[in-house]
Amino acid sequence: MLTLSRWKIFAVTLSVIFGIVFTLPNLLPQKTLDALPGWVPKQKLNLGLDLQGGSYLLYEVDTDALRRERLTNLVEDVRTALRNEQIAFGELGEANGVISVRIAESGKVTEAASLLRRSIGAPLAGAIGGRDVSVASRDNQRLEITFVAEAAKADAAKAVEQSIETIRRRIDSMGTKEPTITRQGTNRIMIQAAGESDPEKLKNVIGKTAKLTFQMVDEAVTPEDLAAGRIPPGTEVLPSEDRYVASYAVRKRAIVSGDELTGSQQTFDQNGAPAVSFAFNGQGARKFGDATGRNVGKRFAIILDGKVISAPRINQALPGGSGIITGNFTPESAAELSLLLRSGALPAPLIVEDQRTVTAELGADAVRAGSISLAIGAAAMFVFIILAYGLFGGFAAIALFINVLMIIGIMSMTQATLTFPGIAGLILTLAVAVDANVLIYERMRDEANAGRTPMAAADTGFRLALVSILDANITSLISALIMFGFGSGPVKGFAWTLSIGVFTSVFTAVIITQVLIGWWFKVAKPKKLPIA
Amino acid sequence: MRWPLIRYIPRATHYRFVRWAPVAAVFSLILILGSCVSLFTQGLNLGIDFKGGVSLEIVMPRPVPLAELRHELDVMGAHDGQVQGFGSPNSAMVKFLPVKGENVGEASKKVEQALIKKFPDLTIKSRSEVGAKVSGELLTSGFKALGMALLLMLAYIWFRFQLQFGLGAVVAVFHDIVLTLGLLSVMRIEFSMTEIAAPLTVIGYSMNEKVITFDRLKENLRKYKKTPLRDIIDLSENERLSRTIITGTTALLALGGTMFFGGPVLFPLVFTMTFGIIIGTYSSIYIALPLILVWGVNRNDDEATPQKLGAASRP
Repeated sequence: MLTLSRWKIFAVTLSVIFGIVFTLPNLLPQKTLDALPGWVPKQKLNLGLDLQGGSYLLYEVDTDALRRERLTNLVEDVRTALRNEQIAFGELGEANGVISVRIAESGKVTEAASLLRRSIGAPLAGAIGGRDVSVASRDNQRLEITFVAEAAKADAAKAVEQSIETIRRRIDSMGTKEPTITRQGTNRIMIQAAGESDPEKLKNVIGKTAKLTFQMVDEAVTPEDLAAGRIPPGTEVLPSEDRYVASYAVRKRAIVSGDELTGSQQTFDQNGAPAVSFAFNGQGARKFGDATGRNVGKRFAIILDGKVISAPRINQALPGGSGIITGNFTPESAAELSLLLRSGALPAPLIVEDQRTVTAELGADAVRAGSISLAIGAAAMFVFIILAYGLFGGFAAIALFINVLMIIGIMSMTQATLTFPGIAGLILTLAVAVDANVLIYERMRDEANAGRTPMAAADTGFRLALVSILDANITSLISALIMFGFGSGPVKGFAWTLSIGVFTSVFTAVIITQVLIGWWFKVAKPKKLPIA
Repeated sequence: MRWPLIRYIPRATHYRFVRWAPVAAVFSLILILGSCVSLFTQGLNLGIDFKGGVSLEIVMPRPVPLAELRHELDVMGAHDGQVQGFGSPNSAMVKFLPVKGENVGEASKKVEQALIKKFPDLTIKSRSEVGAKVSGELLTSGFKALGMALLLMLAYIWFRFQLQFGLGAVVAVFHDIVLTLGLLSVMRIEFSMTEIAAPLTVIGYSMNEKVITFDRLKENLRKYKKTPLRDIIDLSENERLSRTIITGTTALLALGGTMFFGGPVLFPLVFTMTFGIIIGTYSSIYIALPLILVWGVNRNDDEATPQKLGAASRP
């Protein structure tokens, strides 16, 4: 194992150069960096919000829009409920938050009222129970439907909660950015993101509602009807973003919505134009399959945030529940849309209220003390390992130093966010990296004590220790990958640092130390191991 | 002094580690019981990141002394105070957690008055209640991830060693997590977003210890087929002792710097991690290995002839 093969020396040289080149931008002043030619890597470590501060955005959840949308849906619910029970009605409409409907037969008013009380609205959360709408009988066979007072508050609270989860998913899928997202007051959401992370890009991802629905195009409405505004009830006119027509008349009832998506990716259509793929869950696939089966030859509209992206014709039933959306996409906008679809829609639009910069959460003094103390800890570690193992300890220290360079290099290159918990992960990584060297050296000592020649002892030491090192690091990697896959926020950041560390540690502790010790054997031709 | 220092560590030691296992078992049980009682009665001392609190926007006619303000918040008893520069140097965002049982409005007023008394030129521009930074999703996904990670590590150790080894490791790591959370609860350490790193580090370090331990044990089990399991465990531990000392010291030194010079903000995390490293080392020797002794191991991997089981088969 101690042979100095060419690939080993090559790999070591390459990794050292890599570590230096990608770590260097962190040490140079910004002015020097700007003066360097374009191909030189300039990315610095992306420190987290706790260590360096960043930008601050305050959003208000548009509860009015939420209210309007719920009212519109409620009107449709009333229509469907009465129709299903074959109760004739008329004058269904909404004004000032009150929905009113006139029941045609006077004998059916009570039946209609109790039907509506049972079937529309949503269960009201909290101790009161019941539903969140009230139905009142007025004279002239009219029923008035209104939301109860608590409904608005409950809806807003739920919308804020959902928005926070959705925003977190969206930002998390942009990488390990580790934003802070909190509710502020009753209907505001505060978002902080670290460093110079572009607030505009952030706003692009946060600000879109990303409400996706598939609705049938109302083929009965001719272009002349559309122009004249003759729209039957249950149909609406939506602006179009495709290049054929300015607007479409579509049925209000969605055949399937984005809530039932399980996945979405940026892809390309058969002509090579950017597109977005989608896949529905079982229920969504069934609905989509049924609707396409019933409507072969007609068109359905793919609608995002109230705009028709495209309206393809149904050539055959699509039972698989997946497909692609084409439209006027660039690769970037297709990637952004698939991200938004994956993370789910916001329950209500968000309005920007405030935008500022903020300083580090932990405070500059704490960050300074932390950096100094970490340096002291690292120095103590280096000194100790050299004291403990002498020359070989020095080799371990060199390997450890290259390890640190490589980790910082990779973290800078991938622009992963380093937070204080991430630094804790780094310390763990370094301790385990030292452990690998210790395992190797202890094995060497055992073998030397058993009477092997220095060369043979060193060689066997590496070979035997490698099994333990790999076992330990594979176990670490398993837990890191799981934490990365299932965790969010700081757990993800921690796991990322740990995963990088596993690879660099095994490489530096095993390969680099091997090359150094192999080289030393060649030069010094020792009679005895310095650690035996 | 002879250098390198490794020469001071004796080559062969003969400590009877397993003999102390019953004592350790009682000791661990008491600690676990204590941790559980504390966790179930008073729980973790969740900070503003988990519970939400009050946020004030303050303005001053001069640059806001952030560090001083943070210190003052601590002194006046506002829990888990956070101070961030906010837009311009003259303005700052102050967040804190109202004391348990105290009305949010009153708590906020008390802190506001104290702040104005201390800094007469300070004005409070706005006040609002802020929600928790950590969503329920983070906690549930965190626990799910933890469970999955433990299961998969169990599977890997089972695959590489034996099922008993995997179970021993997972039980021992679980023991470490409970004790670490117990320490946080008993010491009333403010559990913040940063603190999440503590249990994660403990899992990482502790699992590493277990795997290294098992590796030596597995090797010795192959080497000495007739020796009782109890003696092989002791032998493996003694052989591994110098490595444990050196690695443990290195890890503690790395954290020691921050523990002593890192300041009050970082101390809780580093303190908990240090505790976790000590506990992780302890549980490898006194929890994981004795459990394997109790459950016994399958020692006829390579041979068809049944071997007499060692101490494991005796009560």
